[in-house]
Amino acid sequence: MPVIEVEHLAKRYGGTVAVKDVSFAVEPGEIFGILGPNGAGKTTTVECISGLRTADSGAITVLGRPAGDPTLRARIGVQLQESELQDKLTVREALELYSAFYPDPADWRRLADDLGLTPKLKARYGKLSGGQKQRLSIALALLGNPEIAILDELTTGLDPQARRDTWDLISGIRDRGVTLLLVTHFMEEAERLCDRVAVIDKGEVVALDTPAGLVQRAGDEQRISFRPSTPIDDELLTVLPEVRELRRQGQRIEIVGNGNLLHAVVSVLARNGIIAAELTMEQATLDDAFVHLTRGE
Amino acid sequence: MSVFTKLTLSEMRISLRDPLYAFFTLLFPVLLLVILGNVPTMQEAPPELGGLRVIDLYAGLSLGLAIGIIGLQGLPSVLATYRERGILRRLATTPVHPGTLLGAQLTMNLVIVLLCTILVYTVAIVGFGVPFPKSPLTFLLAVLLNCAGAFSLGLLLSAVASNGKTANAIGTFLFFPLMFFAGLWAPRELMPEVLRRIGDFTPLAAGQDLITDSLLGQSPGLLSITVLVGYLVICGAAAVKLFRWE
Repeated sequence: MPVIEVEHLAKRYGGTVAVKDVSFAVEPGEIFGILGPNGAGKTTTVECISGLRTADSGAITVLGRPAGDPTLRARIGVQLQESELQDKLTVREALELYSAFYPDPADWRRLADDLGLTPKLKARYGKLSGGQKQRLSIALALLGNPEIAILDELTTGLDPQARRDTWDLISGIRDRGVTLLLVTHFMEEAERLCDRVAVIDKGEVVALDTPAGLVQRAGDEQRISFRPSTPIDDELLTVLPEVRELRRQGQRIEIVGNGNLLHAVVSVLARNGIIAAELTMEQATLDDAFVHLTRGE
Repeated sequence: MSVFTKLTLSEMRISLRDPLYAFFTLLFPVLLLVILGNVPTMQEAPPELGGLRVIDLYAGLSLGLAIGIIGLQGLPSVLATYRERGILRRLATTPVHPGTLLGAQLTMNLVIVLLCTILVYTVAIVGFGVPFPKSPLTFLLAVLLNCAGAFSLGLLLSAVASNGKTANAIGTFLFFPLMFFAGLWAPRELMPEVLRRIGDFTPLAAGQDLITDSLLGQSPGLLSITVLVGYLVICGAAAVKLFRWE
C-alpha cells in the first residue's frame, strides 16, 4: 500500500495555476524524486502533501490519512526551502528544542554527528554558512524519527563534498526504513538516489519512471568514437545489429547505435587484433531525458 | 518541562542576547529614573498631582517606556520577522502549532516587564523615596493591563505589517505620540484638558493613570480599565483574524 497517494491535485494562487493535475503514489521505503524546472509546481505539490497548503481539488492521502491531519505532523519530517531559525539560537539549542516537539525523538547528538554539525553545536544560527544551515535544517526534519521525510532542494547551497556526504546520509536514512520524498533539480542527485522519479512540468506530471527508464525514453542512443590501430573496413562493424551508423572523420571512426554497442564493437575489434585508441563513449543522461521531457512544445 | 515553557525560556535567552533589547527593557528604564531623580525640580509636588511628586509619576513612566518599547517596537518586528524568515512555517510542519511561539513571545515579554517593574520600583522606593503602592493589587493590575494594551496593539501591527522592517517603522511612528500622551514629556496632570482627554483613550496613558491610582490608593479608574480591555479585545481579535503564518 502506498504511503503517499496524490490524485489529481490542483492548486492555484489567484489567477496563477501552480499545479494543474498531479497524480502519483509513493511506496513504503522508496526514495521518490520530484524533478522539474523552476516554477513547475514541485514545491506547491510537496507543501500540499505536508499539510501546509490545502489543495483546490484532488485528494492526497499520507500514511492512510488525509494530508493536513494534525496527527501526521509527528510522523513526517519536512525540510522546506527558505525556512530559517532565529539568528541568536545556537545549533545545540535548536536541536534540543525541536527534539522536545516530538513524542519519540531521535538522538540529536548522533544526528548532529552524522551531518557533521558536532563542531558547530555552540555556534549561533546567524553565524553558520549556507551549507551548515542546510544541514541543520535536514537534521531538524529527521529529529522526530519520521516515517516519511520530505526534503525540498536538500543539497542546494552545499559544496560538492557536503553534497556527497548528504547523499550518503540519505541512503542511510532509507536503510532505516524511512520513505523519502525529494524535490530536486539536480539530475545527478535524482540519478544517484531516487528509485523512481516524477517529472513535473507546468503543473502536470509529464513522466513517472525509474531514472534509467527515463533515460531510455530519451532514446538509448550511444556514440562511440575511436582511432583504429590499423585501417579497417566499414563492413566489419556495420554488420553488427547494434550499429546504426558509421562515420569517418579523418582517422577517427564514429559509431552511433544502441543496446550493448560498446561490447559488440570492442569484441569484433579484439578478434581482429585491432586496438581502439582514444576511445570515448557518450550516452544519453538524465539531463537529456529531462530536457527532452520538459522542452516547450 | 512543557514545550511551551521550553519555547518561552528559549525566546527569553534569544531576546536577552540582543544587547539593544536587554538595554532598553531592563537597564534604560532604571537609568532614566536615576537621571531624573537627581533633577531637583522632580522632587516638587505641584497641587495638580494630588500629593504625589513629579518623580513619583516618572517611576511609572519609566516602566511605561519599557512596556511601549516592547509592545510597539520589539514584539511586532520580532513576530513579523519570524513570519518573513519562515520560522513560523517551519514550526507549522512540526507537532507544535506556530501560535505556541507567539504565546511564548508574549509570555516572555510579560516576564521581562515584571522583572523591569521590580528593578524600577526597588530603585524608586529605596533611592528616591517613591511611595510603595497603597494598593499593590491595583498596581499589579495596572502593570498587566498596561501590557495588555501595548502588546495587543503590537500583535495587530505584526499581523498587518508585511515584514519586520515595516512593523518596526509603524511601531516607532506610534511609540512617540503614545508616550507623549502617557506624559513622558510633561505629566498628564499638567497637560491642557484637550490633550488629557485624548490621552484617556490611548493605551500607555490609560496604563499610566492606573499606576497613579494605585500609588494614591484610589480605586482604579473605570475609564482606563475599559479603554485597556477594549484595546485587548479589539486589537487582539483583529490580530487573530488578520495574522498570516507565512
